[in-house]
Amino acid sequence: MKLRQLFTALCLAATAATAQAEDPNLARNLAATCANCHGTNGKSVDGSGMEALAGTTKEKLLQKIRDFKSGDKPATIMHQIVKGYTDEQMALITTYFAAQK
Amino acid sequence: MIFNRRNFLKAMSAATATGALYGCAGATKANGHVVIVGGGFGGATAAKYLRMWSNGGVQVTLIERNAQFISCPISNLVVSGDKTLADITIGYEGLKKWGVRVIQDEVTGIDASKRTIRLAQGGEMSYDRLVLSPGIDFMFETLPGLNNADAQSKILHAWKAGSQTVALRKQLEDMKDGGTYAITIPKAPYRCPPGPYERASLIAGYFKAKKPKSKVLILDANEDVVSKKGLFMKAWADLYPGTLEYRPNSELRDVDAANHTAILEFDKVKVDVLNVVPPQRAGNIAAQSGLKLINNRWVDIDWLSMASTNTPGIHVLGDAIFPAATMPKSGHMANQHAKLATAAILNLLAGDAPNPAPLLMNTCYSFVDSRNAIHVASVHSYDAEKKTMLPVQGAGGVSVIRNELEAKSAMGWAKNIWADMLT
Ligand code: HEC
Repeated sequence: MKLRQLFTALCLAATAATAQAEDPNLARNLAATCANCHGTNGKSVDGSGMEALAGTTKEKLLQKIRDFKSGDKPATIMHQIVKGYTDEQMALITTYFAAQK
Repeated sequence: MIFNRRNFLKAMSAATATGALYGCAGATKANGHVVIVGGGFGGATAAKYLRMWSNGGVQVTLIERNAQFISCPISNLVVSGDKTLADITIGYEGLKKWGVRVIQDEVTGIDASKRTIRLAQGGEMSYDRLVLSPGIDFMFETLPGLNNADAQSKILHAWKAGSQTVALRKQLEDMKDGGTYAITIPKAPYRCPPGPYERASLIAGYFKAKKPKSKVLILDANEDVVSKKGLFMKAWADLYPGTLEYRPNSELRDVDAANHTAILEFDKVKVDVLNVVPPQRAGNIAAQSGLKLINNRWVDIDWLSMASTNTPGIHVLGDAIFPAATMPKSGHMANQHAKLATAAILNLLAGDAPNPAPLLMNTCYSFVDSRNAIHVASVHSYDAEKKTMLPVQGAGGVSVIRNELEAKSAMGWAKNIWADMLT
């Protein structure tokens, strides 16, 4: 193993909660699946009518997502989208958006 | 790279020795030169995200034959007269601001062993990774009467947005009231499954308002409406009875261009404006460079990286690939392919394995008249055993019924996805 490869792997292992092969950029990658409508890094285009997600607290985002899942929050499409993601994936996604300035 | 507990611990002790040399700041430190061919939904997204996610560490060259991006999604509203070409045209300045080198040219050949491409205007360019996002090309050879430039200037496809979009609009404006417009749909898979039904609906709406004696005819090679069937059928029954007629199992065999006639197996249909969406395959540069194809038409890719399964160093995005089950050929999907490929390429350039658990999602909005839209959505996750993307059960779906709210969402989607790829 090359030194750089080894070290990259170490950083990966050090930051991931488990030492399993979870990609260190998983949150970023998953959040990017929302960008088509909510904008790059959750910063939606002004006046586009789509809500920005960047900078909203994780708790607030997760509550809305739970409400979409249960049907408590009326939706045209989000109730169908959120069902495609696990709770773990949504935790990663909301952490990522909450951290965007 | 997979760590077991023992070599993990060994590696950890080594880390204390090397930790001072390298920082843990970015998990991957990718560099190299990525060349992207095609600046549509796939290629433009990859260009921006490669620069953004590598913090400028990766050099990116985008080669695109057109001076500007013109969006296929929303282009049916130009055909119907609700929008103009300017509304769906965006320049590449935004990508240049990201540090992407944008070259207006065409790639004429690829040498995968030397990792070089050849450009139409001369010269070669070398790459560490090549991304092909060429979209589709048409199989005009299957329609002899349309296999020449003159016929193609009369019988339009308007299935690549641009001059043909405007020309089709002109044909509709010039058509006398009482005339018939027909659109032919090839067997699936083709670019934008709901697109032909959306176009037929919008044109029926235009006729209803401006040329009420005119008719729309859909000649579909498929045995049924391919996408959002219930929603389209209901819209047609409610909004366009007597105006729009749908004929399944009506595969186009040939075209009599001079007489605006669609030649079917048992029938010849002469109309005033004939709009042929021809059968399609991967864009020429992807189809003719030795990449493994499926059905001799679409590029076979590895879903962990979008890499060609037989040619190292080449990733393929968007409409050109053989899709996974239930995955449409859409701009939204191409944008998502691009992000998957970008993440994988950055890992590979840094010596790491691609993300083992990628996820993609799709949405296609369609207008059924100028004020009402419908959607279909799906989420697709990687199945390690089957080595493909599978739709997540219980997720996704379609609109309850056409509505005005989703017409606003459709435009909101367009503005955000255009910005996501180009600014
Ligand atoms: C196809 C477009 C689309 C995509 C993709 C999309 N959304 Fe949405 N989102 C919407 C729309 C439209 C609404 C408004 C509610 C509705 O009609 O469904 C919304 C609303 C929301 C809201 C509530 C905002 C508020 O303040 O009320 C949250 C939170 C949200 N989305 C999160 C996400 C996340 C997380 C993802 C990615 C997993 C995502 N969305 C992907 C279209 C989209």
